[in-house]
Amino acid sequence: MNVLTPFIALMRKEMLAVLKDPANRLILIVPVILQSLLFGYAATYDLVDAPYALFDESRSVSSADLAARLEGTGVFHRVAGPGTIAEIARTVENGDALLVLHIGADFEQRLLAGQTAPVQLILDARNSTTAGSAAGYINAVVADFNRDLRRRLGLAGPPVMVETRAWFNPNLETRWTFMPALIASLSMIQVLLLAALSVAREREQGTFDQLLVTPLSPLAIMAGKALPPMLIGLVQSSIVFVVTRYWFDVPLVGSLANLYGGLLLFMLAGVGLGLSISAVSLNMQQAMLYTFVLLMPMMLLSGLMTPIQNMPEVLQLATYANPLRFGIDIVRRIYLEGVGLADLAGDVVPLLLIAALTMPAAAWMFRHRLA
Amino acid sequence: MTPNGAAGARLHTSFRSRLWSLTKKETRQLLRDRSNVAIGLVLPLVLILLFGYGLSLDVTRTHVALVLEDASPQVEQAIAGLRLTPYIEPVVTRSMHDAEALLRDHRVDAIVRIPSDFSSRLAAADARAQLILNGADASTARAVESYVTGALATSAARNAPGASASPPGVAIEPRFWFNVANTSTWYLVPGLIVLIMTLVGAFLTSLVVAREWERGTFEALFVSPVRPVEILLAKIVPYFGVGMLGFVMCLLAARWLFEVPRAGSLALLVLASVLYLLVALGTGLLISSATKNQFLASQIALLTSFLPALMLSGFLFDLRNVPVVVRAVANVLPATHYLALIKTLFLAGNVWAIVVPNLLLLALYAVVLLAAARAVTRKRIA
Repeated sequence: MNVLTPFIALMRKEMLAVLKDPANRLILIVPVILQSLLFGYAATYDLVDAPYALFDESRSVSSADLAARLEGTGVFHRVAGPGTIAEIARTVENGDALLVLHIGADFEQRLLAGQTAPVQLILDARNSTTAGSAAGYINAVVADFNRDLRRRLGLAGPPVMVETRAWFNPNLETRWTFMPALIASLSMIQVLLLAALSVAREREQGTFDQLLVTPLSPLAIMAGKALPPMLIGLVQSSIVFVVTRYWFDVPLVGSLANLYGGLLLFMLAGVGLGLSISAVSLNMQQAMLYTFVLLMPMMLLSGLMTPIQNMPEVLQLATYANPLRFGIDIVRRIYLEGVGLADLAGDVVPLLLIAALTMPAAAWMFRHRLA
Repeated sequence: MTPNGAAGARLHTSFRSRLWSLTKKETRQLLRDRSNVAIGLVLPLVLILLFGYGLSLDVTRTHVALVLEDASPQVEQAIAGLRLTPYIEPVVTRSMHDAEALLRDHRVDAIVRIPSDFSSRLAAADARAQLILNGADASTARAVESYVTGALATSAARNAPGASASPPGVAIEPRFWFNVANTSTWYLVPGLIVLIMTLVGAFLTSLVVAREWERGTFEALFVSPVRPVEILLAKIVPYFGVGMLGFVMCLLAARWLFEVPRAGSLALLVLASVLYLLVALGTGLLISSATKNQFLASQIALLTSFLPALMLSGFLFDLRNVPVVVRAVANVLPATHYLALIKTLFLAGNVWAIVVPNLLLLALYAVVLLAAARAVTRKRIA
């Protein structure tokens, strides 16, 4: 008890330093709620509404059938009817249509004669992901169309059918991939920043020396600085978790205990990194800027927005120094795949390693910088 | 020369010399701190390299576990496509159990299972292959799905009895306009310019100016004979310079490193970027004057300018796919309009229907935000 009292006092002081300003309290909570909602809706690669233009030179029953099937998916809606090529090109340029289907004059004759009828598909690939998924949809619709056509012509269907099933995310929704990753990413920003600011603030105000002459050991000072950012980070993660689970209805497969255990580990590594930044910065501004300089590449190299396996190998190696990479992997795999922490050594060990390297480094730098 | 004119001239030169010396002071102050240089010059460089080389939405190579419960020659023919495509690296496993373990450990992205009755059903043109994907990464799963079904369809078409060069049915011939290579680099690199301009304009500016408020060095400026407009102008000039430097770095990298073509005019691109940089600077100054606190300023700059530019501008996620409310929020952001501008100017050309309204909007934002920053910066101690 006696040993703990000064430590608890230090923690209280640290919490107060962050939370005593009502504006600070607000900014630590409200934006997280707004962001998880906004980003949850925004972060989707799933095609919802694709305006298309039809340039139909055949004007036949078959071409109308193809168009009807396209619109039957609920994704495509026609914005421009038949017109000149120049008019249709303009609708794509202006972004009014995502794609143009150009059906030739001999479309129906060729189909009924049992020949290949080429259809030109022009896609606005300014956003290559959207263009790619639109092409995917069209291919599926056309495959359907062809199957029915072959049946009508009395031909055998395609010899091999592929039955697809997706584990962990049956409808392959981007949101299911993205929201669990956000549980780790959004709180990462604050954990890093608060930890980086904690010592820098004392330095700027000249109170760090006072802290060193208190009866607290350097280790206890470190712990007192480390815990408040972790607590705030956990609160923020919990907010994103609640939004993910109950607003967006992404089912939690793994256990809560595993999820929080993983988050705690992740925060520990984050705080270690933050304190190290704090140790090398001379003032708050530097701490913030350095945090930001680190944060940006960390976000980009985490697999949050683009899969790590698409990166070149050198950069894949660089991601091993990034706690966020492991944090996101832990949360995703516990949340979606139901894996336990015990089976996630590939994430747990690196996080522990990062914490074990950064914390002592920070402590060492604090003491030697002052002297 | 009338006495009045002489007085006017004196005032004029003193305005210029005051602005000059203030700007010099601000520039020195900006360059003296290593962390400012880090965020103004090093971070853009790192981001350019990361975006150009690191970030890709294109799945280039995927590992697929093959479970062959039927080992007849027909099966080998049917799955030949999987072995031939450069996108797929097949991993032959002995049992479904092994394959599932590989999928769980993320060692493979998908499982293709050929059931034991495959070749007997193939004769009746009713063979089924099973494809199991790891949906935890939805976009990769979709890409893998299209690779696998495509590869199987290719070998099926080749093996079909009486296969002709012209099988009956519709054949789609896709053409990707504005991005012939259909690579995500082409649309990520222009978007990167938005991020860098936002970073320097809004984030760096708000942070540094808020610090002056916090430390009271702004008050020291108040007692000098400079006017608030001059203080603001002197603040804007060096950051404007750093922002434009980042812009030029991006342009050079886009042209020479990543070979992204530029279809539109350079003049329009520069004009759009100058306007957006002014918008970002206005935002940064407004935030710092309103908060007068470094921590709050950095948080608000992050939340109102940087993260939305990353998430909501259409930079990564297409705004066509988001709900109306979110799209409305996105359309309020200047970054969305700037992104639409540069993406079109880079990839499609001078499409006036997109260029003119967005340029006008950016100009409007610049005027409003800078005027607001001027209104908030008064010679008054709060």
